[in-house]
Amino acid sequence: MFNNDLFTFLKPKNELEQSQGEAPVSSPEIPDTMWVKCPKCRALILTADLESNHKVCAKCGHHMRLSPRERISLLSDDQSFEEFDKDMVSSNILSFPDYDLKLQSARHKSGENESVVTGRCLIGGINTVLGVMDPGFMMASMGTVTGEKITRAFEYATEHSLPVVMCTASGGARMQEGILSLMQMAKTSGAVKRHSDAGLLYITVLTDPTTGGVTASFAMEGDIILSEPNALIGFAGPRVIEQTIRQKLPKDFQTAEFVEQKGFIDAVVPRKELKAAVAKLLKMHSTAAQREG
Amino acid sequence: MSAFDKLTTARSNNRLTSIDYINALFSDSFFELHGDRRFGDDKAVVGGIGMLRDDMPVTVIGLEKGRDTKERMERNFGSAHPEGYRKALRLMKQAEKFHRPVLCFVDTSGAFCGIGAEERGQGQAIAENLMEMMTLKTPILSILIGEGGSGGALGLAVANEVWMLENAVYSVISPEGCASILWKDSSKTAYAAECLRITAQDLFKLKVVERVIREPKSVESKMFDSLRGLIASTFDRYNDMSIDKLLDQRYNRFRVMGNNVTPLEPVVEDSNTAQT
Ligand SMILES: [Zn+2]
Repeated sequence: MFNNDLFTFLKPKNELEQSQGEAPVSSPEIPDTMWVKCPKCRALILTADLESNHKVCAKCGHHMRLSPRERISLLSDDQSFEEFDKDMVSSNILSFPDYDLKLQSARHKSGENESVVTGRCLIGGINTVLGVMDPGFMMASMGTVTGEKITRAFEYATEHSLPVVMCTASGGARMQEGILSLMQMAKTSGAVKRHSDAGLLYITVLTDPTTGGVTASFAMEGDIILSEPNALIGFAGPRVIEQTIRQKLPKDFQTAEFVEQKGFIDAVVPRKELKAAVAKLLKMHSTAAQREG
Repeated sequence: MSAFDKLTTARSNNRLTSIDYINALFSDSFFELHGDRRFGDDKAVVGGIGMLRDDMPVTVIGLEKGRDTKERMERNFGSAHPEGYRKALRLMKQAEKFHRPVLCFVDTSGAFCGIGAEERGQGQAIAENLMEMMTLKTPILSILIGEGGSGGALGLAVANEVWMLENAVYSVISPEGCASILWKDSSKTAYAAECLRITAQDLFKLKVVERVIREPKSVESKMFDSLRGLIASTFDRYNDMSIDKLLDQRYNRFRVMGNNVTPLEPVVEDSNTAQT
């Protein structure tokens, strides 16, 4: 039906290969505005149908990536989301070449100021702090402001005795911030630990792709770790591993289902059941003060 | 010395490794402890207890690259698997129980990237170390002696203070990786090394390390006596703090990173950054 060369599906790249600022690879290919082609099974889907199905292919079940705003509307109760630190933007502390331009273009393309959106909202009537990472913003790499917003969200939740739900995604480190990018792993982990020591619930929702420093910090620190089906979940990216060990990787290696089977994810939850699952878990841990009203 | 020269020095096979430091600082008192009690014993991580001073037992943990070809193979060139990080955490918890300070030596190009490492949760193992080290109720000091490669180095470097040898490097990504991803040009490795600010001197300016240490040239060096004294007096200082204060200090050390420095001068791409 289509020339394969024109519609070749690009396999997700990994933390060390992902050229930052590239368009998310599993976002729908759009032949025209009415129709979208599933990057997995190549079926043509009506745009309106795809939107109403939360960007899941009705034919093969492929979960396409969501923007932070789409994810927030999927999870939070109507109009309840109040954003934190909306205007916080990164500065080029290392004076790294072309970083200012890259930030500018990422802001323009994604419509967001940084690679994570944080705030508070109601989920199933429970007051919750919600964070959503944006693979459309420099592959959700972790810069100082990303780490700062996540840390502040956890500190807010600790102070107000609220649970946290973090939807993770990341291609890895923000190279342009050098060591300061790495330090965000320690900083966020410290905030998660203080939240945990206060006896509060932290649910992570791993989304495609969650790799690198985010996997090696707050993504794997949840009390309960959920994942979307078939998401790429790993520390090192598949190509880096292949280059290191000079072997082809088994099929399905580093998929959410694989990581669940290895014992590192509590449950793989399809997107259409995600809100109900999160709300149910929140409710089971909730206090009267966290419930609406 | 350019950043690239330091990178080369930091990776040199002639460089002292963690075991050299442990032998020189603790001599016969070091007792090695093996295994993570879950999966196995990762030889890329060396750990045990030693007497830093007559009255000061210390838990010491190091990422070990190996000192000759055979040993480097056995130790996977200092690239640890999840069981290495879990062994380190087990020994740190033991140190906490017996109120011993923890001394870590970091020297790795990074946590190992392989099938087994992923299957056994490399990300989870490092994440757990970051979280648990942040609230370990005993002083922690980490010293970067050679290469500090990304998350694999940080997994042993959530500490009250982090020191670096004068020719050690610490980076979120290898300069080679950075040059190939950003510029698709491996000849820009030296330039990437400058831009990433991986040297002890740059990291001191960025307030990521507290101290830059002059390098001992051999294990016989008198440098070790002063280093031993410096480590012991640092532990004395942190031992005098209340636990709350100790943990607040560690939390705040990382909490302010990136927010407490002014932007650095740009790197000029010239003959100094050209690869030789
Ligand atoms: Zn499909």
